[in-house]
Amino acid sequence: MTTVQDIHPRIGRTAARRSALRRVLTAREISIVFALAVLVAVTAGVRPAFVHSQSIRDILLGAAIVAVLAVGQTVVMITRSVDLSVGSILGLSAYAAGTVLSDHPGLPVVLALVLGMAVGACCGVINGLLVRFGNVPALVVTLGTLYMFRGVAYLWADGEQIYADELPGGFLKLGTASLLGVPYLVVIALIVMVVVGVVLRNYPVGRQLYAMGSSPPGARLAGIPVGRRLLGAFVVSGTLAGLAGVLFAARFGTIDASAGNGYELNVVAAAVVGGVAVAGGVGTVWGAALGALLLTTISSALAVLNINQFWQQAIVGALILLAIGIDRLIALRVAAALKKEGSNVR
Amino acid sequence: MPPDSTGPLLHVHNVSKSFGVVAAVRDVSIPVYAGEAHALVGENGAGKSTIVKMLAGVHRPDTGSIDLAGRPLDLRSPADARAAGIAVIYQEPTLFPDLSVAENIAMTRPPRGRFGMIDRHRAARTAADLFARLGVEIDPARPARGLSIADQQIVEIAKALSMDTRVLVMDEPTAALTSVEVERLFAVARSLLEQGTAIVFISHRFEEITALCARVTVMRDGQHVSTDLMADLDVDEIVRRMVGRDLSALHPQRTAAPGEVMLQVEGLGRDGVFEDVSFTVRSGEIVALAGLVGSGRSEVVQAVFGVDRRDRGTVRVGGQRLRPNSPRAAMSAGLALVPEDRRLQGLVMDASIQRNVTLPRAGSLARVGLLLGGAERRSAEEWATRLQTKYHRLSDAVSTLSGGNQQKVVLAKWLATMPRVLIIDEPTRGIDVGTKAEVHRLISGLATDGVAVVVVSSELPEVLSLADRVLVMREGRLVRELDRDEATEESVMFAAVGQGPQPAATAESASTATSEPAPELEVSR
Amino acid sequence: MSADVSVDVSVDVSADASAPGRPGAPERAVRAGGPVRPVTAVLARLAGWDVAVIALAALVIVLASVFVDNFGSSRNFTFLVLDLLPIVLIALPMTFVIATGEIDLSVASVLGLSSAVMGYLWNQGMTIETIIPLCVLLGAALGAVNGLFVTALGLPSLAVTIGTLALYRGLAFVVLGDTAVADFPSSYTSWVTGTIGGTSIPNVAIIIVALAVVFGVLLHATPIGRWTFAAGAGEQAARFAGVRIPMLKFWLYVATGAVAGLTGVLWTLRYSSARADNGSGLELAVVAAVLLGGVSIFGGRGTLPGVLGGVVLLASLQNALRLSDVSNEALNIVVGALLVASVLLPNVTQAVRAGTDRFRRRHSHPTGSPPLTAAPR
Repeated sequence: MTTVQDIHPRIGRTAARRSALRRVLTAREISIVFALAVLVAVTAGVRPAFVHSQSIRDILLGAAIVAVLAVGQTVVMITRSVDLSVGSILGLSAYAAGTVLSDHPGLPVVLALVLGMAVGACCGVINGLLVRFGNVPALVVTLGTLYMFRGVAYLWADGEQIYADELPGGFLKLGTASLLGVPYLVVIALIVMVVVGVVLRNYPVGRQLYAMGSSPPGARLAGIPVGRRLLGAFVVSGTLAGLAGVLFAARFGTIDASAGNGYELNVVAAAVVGGVAVAGGVGTVWGAALGALLLTTISSALAVLNINQFWQQAIVGALILLAIGIDRLIALRVAAALKKEGSNVR
Repeated sequence: MPPDSTGPLLHVHNVSKSFGVVAAVRDVSIPVYAGEAHALVGENGAGKSTIVKMLAGVHRPDTGSIDLAGRPLDLRSPADARAAGIAVIYQEPTLFPDLSVAENIAMTRPPRGRFGMIDRHRAARTAADLFARLGVEIDPARPARGLSIADQQIVEIAKALSMDTRVLVMDEPTAALTSVEVERLFAVARSLLEQGTAIVFISHRFEEITALCARVTVMRDGQHVSTDLMADLDVDEIVRRMVGRDLSALHPQRTAAPGEVMLQVEGLGRDGVFEDVSFTVRSGEIVALAGLVGSGRSEVVQAVFGVDRRDRGTVRVGGQRLRPNSPRAAMSAGLALVPEDRRLQGLVMDASIQRNVTLPRAGSLARVGLLLGGAERRSAEEWATRLQTKYHRLSDAVSTLSGGNQQKVVLAKWLATMPRVLIIDEPTRGIDVGTKAEVHRLISGLATDGVAVVVVSSELPEVLSLADRVLVMREGRLVRELDRDEATEESVMFAAVGQGPQPAATAESASTATSEPAPELEVSR
Repeated sequence: MSADVSVDVSVDVSADASAPGRPGAPERAVRAGGPVRPVTAVLARLAGWDVAVIALAALVIVLASVFVDNFGSSRNFTFLVLDLLPIVLIALPMTFVIATGEIDLSVASVLGLSSAVMGYLWNQGMTIETIIPLCVLLGAALGAVNGLFVTALGLPSLAVTIGTLALYRGLAFVVLGDTAVADFPSSYTSWVTGTIGGTSIPNVAIIIVALAVVFGVLLHATPIGRWTFAAGAGEQAARFAGVRIPMLKFWLYVATGAVAGLTGVLWTLRYSSARADNGSGLELAVVAAVLLGGVSIFGGRGTLPGVLGGVVLLASLQNALRLSDVSNEALNIVVGALLVASVLLPNVTQAVRAGTDRFRRRHSHPTGSPPLTAAPR
């Protein structure tokens, strides 16, 4: 049994251990950047055209949309929930924006963005209310609303499609034009990342979300308004999915009710690959965004390398398994390291 | 308005609370005065925890009120309780493992800097200051994950100190602490009392209650029994009021006639947990495994039974070597383990009494693989009756039973496997005095019938009255073997702590230290 | 489950403060000494969730027969059974998986990969008699992969099976691309779509009944069933009672995969078309049916008759709406809504029950002081 007197020599060691812990925590972001670099280098080695500015632009545009979704997913996942309905919300919002803009071509682009986000927010409110007041796992609720929102989109579209030439040019420019060489879509995604990232890291609300995922009973006892925060997380996720829907519409121009079908998989994959824990409490928007970039780059590289496009989905699945497997191993390592450090009192 | 200086700071006023048809608390009043520690005592199920949860804002009273400084409080949530200045320290810490220690402390009221952002440096400094005040070194920047229970408890206390706490509620905060840690906690508590804080203190250790508290409220069956100045009562009187009757000698005497060696453990080891544990148990013999919490007692018996990993060593039952890591192999060799944590390890709480009693034997009760024709029901009925379990229907969820009857279900479940070696970890934790005596008689009877019994217990009187031999563990090693005549409270404690008598705590209080939640009051006088 | 958002606020759950169980579970008993009314207790058990679902399914069938043209026709009955075939088959092992507190979202992808491999092997000239057992084995192997990730690595099954959902479906496309293989022997395809003798009962009903009996007995009258429920309701206690939980879960995943593989074969034969996207999204209907049947998403509770009731309710509702010219996509709204309702309703009924309890208590003690607050939980 160790007494109080024995502990003081340990102080130096704890500081060293802390930096070791930090290395583990940032390892995920670094390893994704590394994987990206290797992927780009190899692909460019085989097909130099891969690093052509047009192709990089395409990757960034695609990644921007998934990244916006992944940021919203991060907010939900750190509370130990999941939102599987984001792909359907994207579809609904894209179709809503497309319909309104083709009917009223004079509308300002900003209004389209607001409209899409409002549609998404409504869907998020539905998810959030069901999860909060139904006392039901988010997985089941959002699996249900995934199909419900998609069904609404199908009912509304009734087999119709919206084509690019029906949409105002100003709106389509949102998807193609750049600001100082950086595409608007990327700018918007970066703004979303910075805002959400700062809130999650530096504001009480953000830390409360982490706390909720880290220990749900503890969060309740700490007086965190768990129900309201959870509802809020789903509204944020829905709103960002709505925003992504408008960006989708602007980028592709052609929209039908199936827009964004299956995106939820890519989004969850991006977040999980980016280090957001399925069990909550851990993860950053930066990691999730990097995950989105990696997935998009992989799919472009497959195309460039003339590898069967059908591999893409399989790779997404394999990456999810790889990411959660690695997370598990790291967690076991860290737990073992902390155990060895032992108690500070005994 | 200024608080009434003569009246109680916190007044629990005629509160009642029911869950479904069960009344947990009926018409209880407790006056808690500023600058005074108020002990709340009672057996398990007396309603202490419900009172704590009402103070914490987790439950709202059905009737009655909670007044602070003469004004009724409406505590709708833990946040309300916090805002009113009531801080609660639970026996099981409620930290966020993924957040840093400093963040855990600052969670409720984080210091704000630029643009309303959290000022991390200030939060870390505050945490460091609080730890300095408590006399501990915990790195504020490390994650809470991996802290020992004692460290977590310290962080909880720092959390309560960081807020303007007028009433500090401590629900068995010392259960997992060593006597040194308890002393430090009490020093902090006393300085809070001097500053005019009121403390509600729940503990099952009378030494601590007499050391800290000025007033004591006894509860029984959800009802208020009495509130007195501590000076006006002695411990015997408190115990009498808690159980509602006089205590008589409970422990049976037994003449031991040990037979052949049934259980033989040799060189058992698990990295970082226990090392080089060897002992034997003969049929008809009761061997107690004693030691402080964290000395590795439960870990050893769980490794013997095979639910936990073991890295070295062998276990033989009746001469036959056991396969490691296989509770099944242990069961078929005739080993049974009544585990320490009844709710988690002993019972499937939502499942019926019948399913619980027959779960380990589902395979052997089946005929051609099928469980038909009421074989389970008959067997469950037989064993529940043998142990005089009080229940309504066998199909009732086991969670509806009282603690004592739940323990009887666990015992029925394992006795029905007809074990040759029975290991019982904390046989009477959280059960009432009457049932306790029944369990002791049962254990003696089993030994008389030739079963080899291993008892792990934190309660020294229980160890001393039951055991033929006492094995004492310290820091993962078997350090002492004591025969019945050698074993006294002193000799066992000396071996357990590896030093002379401790000035701060008596032998018994140190021995009842447990790392698991022990929501009941141990009546071990 | 990792996506569990329910928050248990109790720190030490005192014996007298446990929350009332989900309906469908044995009625919470009054503690010894309290008033006991056996008649109401028996009624409450009869009126369990599974019975309610079966009654509801019967009601839908009766109403649809009356109000929906052709619903009651014998031809439609055949179609109805064929439509619910894949859902009911996969729901059988899925009931076990969910009862242990896990989930398998990859079943539809296993079905798709089985179908794609079936087409591929047929194109390679292999005989159908070899292909069918191979596809079932393939399904079992895919299930084993899920099981290994969940049990050996201890990963959350939700995350694992979302991963394999993508992986297996992706592999299905890799195997077959977006082509279809259609020229399967008509003796097999016509057996799957055919009926028994002169009746309108499809041949595949034999498979449904056989597997339902096997899984039903397994769940309710064998040690495996006991272990399954114990693992879901109290994992540690089950482990301490000698239940080999990892092994149990592993084999449940294998069984789920094997059945999904078989279902892939039957699906392919029924539509005479092996495609990589066969059965896409079916996992939703399966999970919905199982939960609708009263199996708790948190594990530990459920009955197989209830699940069968859930499948019939879902399938007959879909069938009736389709006959009423509701589009396939819109049907998804119904499936999604049923899924949400199936997890929401138990909570609602529980709240209602708690409310009536309070009401009864308040009025049975007229002398007691009135409660100050309603204190909803």
